[in-house]
Amino acid sequence: MAEPSGEPEIYLDHAASTPLRPAARDAWLAVAEKHHANPTGSHLAAREARRALDGARSLAAAVLGADPGEIVFTSGGSEADNMAVRGALGHRGTGAAAVTTEAEHHAVHDPVERSGGVFVGVDERGIVDLEALADVLEACERDVAVVSVIAVNNETGSITPLPEVARVVRDLAPGALLHTDAVQAVNWIDVATETADYDLVSVTGHKVGSPVGTGVLVVREGVELDPLIVGGGQERGRRAGTPDVAGAVSFAAALVETAEQRDGSVARLRVLRDDLIDGLADRLGDRVLVSAARTNGDRGHIAAGIANVCITGVQSEALLFLMDAAGVRASAASSCSSGAQDPSHVLAAMGVPREVALGSLRLSLGHTTVAPDIDRAVEVISESVERLDRFEGG
Amino acid sequence: MRVPKARGRVLVAMSGGVDSSVAAALLLEAGYDIAGVTMKLWGGPSDTGCCSVSDVDDARWVADQLGVEHHVFNFGDDFERDVVEPYVADHAAGRTPNPCVECNRHIKFRRLTHRADALGFELLATGHHARIVTTDEGLRIGRGVDAAKDQSYVLHMLDAGVLDRLLLPVGEMTKEEVRRQAEALGLVTAAKPDSQDVCFITAAAGRRRFLGERIGVRPGRIVDTAGHQVGAVDALELVTVGQRRGLGAVGGGSPRYVLDVDAASATVTVGDRAELDCAVTPLEDWHWANGPMEGPLGVQTSAHGAAAPAVIDADGTAVHWAEPRRAVAPGQSVVAYAGDIVVGGGTAARPVPRPVP
Repeated sequence: MAEPSGEPEIYLDHAASTPLRPAARDAWLAVAEKHHANPTGSHLAAREARRALDGARSLAAAVLGADPGEIVFTSGGSEADNMAVRGALGHRGTGAAAVTTEAEHHAVHDPVERSGGVFVGVDERGIVDLEALADVLEACERDVAVVSVIAVNNETGSITPLPEVARVVRDLAPGALLHTDAVQAVNWIDVATETADYDLVSVTGHKVGSPVGTGVLVVREGVELDPLIVGGGQERGRRAGTPDVAGAVSFAAALVETAEQRDGSVARLRVLRDDLIDGLADRLGDRVLVSAARTNGDRGHIAAGIANVCITGVQSEALLFLMDAAGVRASAASSCSSGAQDPSHVLAAMGVPREVALGSLRLSLGHTTVAPDIDRAVEVISESVERLDRFEGG
Repeated sequence: MRVPKARGRVLVAMSGGVDSSVAAALLLEAGYDIAGVTMKLWGGPSDTGCCSVSDVDDARWVADQLGVEHHVFNFGDDFERDVVEPYVADHAAGRTPNPCVECNRHIKFRRLTHRADALGFELLATGHHARIVTTDEGLRIGRGVDAAKDQSYVLHMLDAGVLDRLLLPVGEMTKEEVRRQAEALGLVTAAKPDSQDVCFITAAAGRRRFLGERIGVRPGRIVDTAGHQVGAVDALELVTVGQRRGLGAVGGGSPRYVLDVDAASATVTVGDRAELDCAVTPLEDWHWANGPMEGPLGVQTSAHGAAAPAVIDADGTAVHWAEPRRAVAPGQSVVAYAGDIVVGGGTAARPVPRPVP
């Protein structure tokens, strides 16, 4: 068996982290080499750095449909999510509740759980059940500080109808802040339009092609949060710490390019994603289940570049090993900090039986994906599954 | 090191401890194409040196030091079903199970072997202190060189099918040599303490809390051999045959030992030291490595105990001790050796209980 590094790489894990865009790399290097000063200083070098940071802020704001003053740079999506949930709860004081769904990323799920918050169920597509949300908000006797829903699910690609959720929340919990984790969304939907009604929006750089380490929380004018990090008062007191100018500029460049190319790449990747699913179904038959679909033909609500499939009768851990050895990089639904695969809480919330979820595979496409990748992936995955069949699923 | 007939890639089970780290290093040095794997078996709390994220990190660091691939497999569901649940059921039935033996039987040498097959590894290796010995009847598991660290007892069930593709490099070394080797190679695990006890039971909270959360513990009455109640225990499931401490003041005078645990009637029978001795221990699930062996064998009934001379019925129903000895707690593994070689193994059964008057 070949070493994993021995095969040309087919990268189908863009939802975990997508390769660096040349524009983002160039932007990063230009700043890192030129602007060595701390942008909070007053001398010329500091003012130049400050100008670069403000430029990035304006570009990010334009893509996200925000004012530049509403952009708070963070270390990434997890910090932005934590800042939204914990910042809202902290500002509201004891007794306040956070409400979210059972299909969130851990960066929202865990802070809500730790605060004793309330979880709303999702349907079999992984999308928040609006009636259940309404019931929870009506029944909640505590002050609801924040309601958080994921815009595009990181595991399944399910797209939440954000404006509809906003209407329910504004109607039934008018005092609550409304947050969306849009970390996966920028590639697939027009975040500026879709999140226009949201007080807080999280995004991150490494899902759009800039380096890991920079994210943004959009905090609308007038929205007050307790800061997670206090100190030098940067980001208008909302997030202390010397700003990462190169990271911000690079992120802004990646955001702009992603948004400009979005319509074209959504159309292009949707075709490839469907070829991938259909190719697997052709080879492996009806044991290939599209996790977020009511039927395997029903994919309109799934982000164009994400295919979460469960292949019955195999364990994804063994399948991923064989795929990796053949050069195909992908992931299962979620993995824990040790690197072991744990069954996904998102699939469980959707009602996917545990034994089916153990065969889950998240194949995520992105800006570097080309058609031959898909043909090769179908071949490798099918052969790997057929091999595992001979050993009872591995 | 024994050179197996099979050739190919070796999957090395790396726990993050020093033994399996050195096993991997030795195999690499011997020219094998290896990859490391750490099995994630237990997701709950553990403070006994197993299965934590930091153990996985240690194994990964050693693999990085050696320049080999490292993987993590989650066999948590298998471990729960094949090790933890039977462990709990045994305690509920008043038995004293040996979960490490079941983990070896079901997880390390069945589940992992199947996974190795599926992923294209012809050979398997672990850091156990035991040897694979070639005999006239085929491959057998034998005692490791370091008597104090010998783990052949917990590997007694391995048959030729597994042994044929298994490598146990540190079985040829003393623990001191293993540590020296780890230091010489600069492995990050060189000074790591040995793991202790059952990995899924925390030393801090113990069996009481674990079993209490799973099944609840029941009070039981303590009776003497005449059937008179002489005390009470608050957790019948924690009582082990042979136990002396933790029974409270029963019957005054001489020390009392647990002779029998009857889960059905929640009764613990105690007696003095002499009454604990027995000449015969009934067995269940006995397996001869290569057919029955007549005459005296060395028979071991605990992981760190010495073997005592005894004869085992050909049909594996009982062990007859040469000298009377302390009763074996039902559920414990019983392993027979001819010299240093395992020739059979099974489980201690409960003697026909004394009628309670």
